[in-house]
Amino acid sequence: MTASETSSGAKTEEEIFETVITLLEPFNKKGITITRDTDFSTDLDLDSLAVMDLVAAIEDHFDINIPLNLLPDLERVGQVSAKVQEILKG
Amino acid sequence: MDLLDKFNPLLEAKAQLPFEDGDPFTVCMDEVISQTEAVINGRRTILAGTNNYMGMTLDQDCIAAAHKALDAEGTGTTGSRVLNGTYAGHKELERTLAEFYGTEHAMVFSTGYQANLAMISTLCGGKDYLVIDADSHASIYDGCKMSDATVVRFRHNDPNDLDRRLKRIDNAAGRLVVVEGLYSMLGDKAPLKELVAVAKSHGAAVLVDEAHSLGVYGETGRGVAQEAGIEDDVDFIVGTFSKSVGTIGGYCVSNHPKFDVLRLVARPYLFTASMPPSVVASATTAIRKIATGHDLREQLWAGARRLHEGLSQLGFELGADVSPITAVKIADQATAIRFWSAILNEGVYVNLAFPPATPNGIYLMRCSLSAAHTADQIDTMVERFGKVGRALGVIGDASGKHPSGEAEQKEPGLQAQGVAAATG
Repeated sequence: MTASETSSGAKTEEEIFETVITLLEPFNKKGITITRDTDFSTDLDLDSLAVMDLVAAIEDHFDINIPLNLLPDLERVGQVSAKVQEILKG
Repeated sequence: MDLLDKFNPLLEAKAQLPFEDGDPFTVCMDEVISQTEAVINGRRTILAGTNNYMGMTLDQDCIAAAHKALDAEGTGTTGSRVLNGTYAGHKELERTLAEFYGTEHAMVFSTGYQANLAMISTLCGGKDYLVIDADSHASIYDGCKMSDATVVRFRHNDPNDLDRRLKRIDNAAGRLVVVEGLYSMLGDKAPLKELVAVAKSHGAAVLVDEAHSLGVYGETGRGVAQEAGIEDDVDFIVGTFSKSVGTIGGYCVSNHPKFDVLRLVARPYLFTASMPPSVVASATTAIRKIATGHDLREQLWAGARRLHEGLSQLGFELGADVSPITAVKIADQATAIRFWSAILNEGVYVNLAFPPATPNGIYLMRCSLSAAHTADQIDTMVERFGKVGRALGVIGDASGKHPSGEAEQKEPGLQAQGVAAATG
């Protein structure tokens, strides 16, 4: 993905959600179906190291920083896609 | 609801750990013999995990200075630096530090932990950005938590990732990049020249924590920034008196023209009692000795090379290149605990380091050396590491053959619960 694509601001939440699912794939060890309500800790069993790697993958893909301060509020996949959209909009 | 019930999962996890031969969280030095030996569990033990890099804890000049101040001024100041807690000794210590670093300003804190808390939480406010290395010490993370700034992490020791992170932040915002000179767990040195160049190319300020590098790196022991020749580009250097300086306390030095305003706003400086006079006196003496302590640095480095080489030759996997911190990697938690107990029973104390204190979920037998360690002590340590390593299958037998690497059954993890061998 190029910078011009990410900065277009045209991404819908649905598109971002689909991308997050793709980025989540390597972390979905149990192969469960991901929905917006999937919880990183209780459903996906991600430990703090896996969360860090996942966040870095999302940040690099969308060319954004997801500040550390926001992480405690991001428990479910849908919250992440919504937050990414918010950050992309500026 | 009992307030401490929330820690039940931690207590349950701890109860299942193989601590039958000793609990690493309750080690007691029953008698201190020297900088490098103590009696633990009735056994004379080589200390290889004390961060006493320059051996200053029992330096005769430091002890004499502390005695003099203790007799003259008493056991404590009973007050904040901004009330009744500033003595002539505190001012002299700050002048000594400023002279040592060649900076305009120096400020001392009651602990190194508080120095990071104070600087990080005060320098960056609500509209600013803290950009920190992901493997930062707990005091840096806690400073971030205390600050109202937005906190962004970059990959450990990765200038390219720092560059990407800074590109994503508005240049108009205040930005402080926080790194350490030498990382305490693995003993890996930061590529400071590259990191600082990236920070400066974006116009960001830089704070370097030299907690484990003071005394050890650089021509006069000022740390990794001095060794890298980039001190002029570092806005704030933070450090501690609890390692090479051999006592307790922390400091920050800087050339920032408005530096002294921090004395009026940094809460971990304001709302705590100042360092006791004897501690101030021994710190002042130790810093002067560190500046000229080339022989101590040489002894320390010679010992570090000897230990690193000895453990490498035995087949242990080590955390980083030669430094006064040598971390032996152990594959799993159960083996790590057994290794730690066994080597303590052999008469060598090292730090058992767990996640989250360690990066990437690894387990370490963390050794830190002192200039006071003799070559014989280091050879004894290597020999005992070899004995325990072979007994537990961490290394191969004398033929150099490695074990099959069979994984032990996974023990309940402590990562999530926050048990860590603190070395700050």
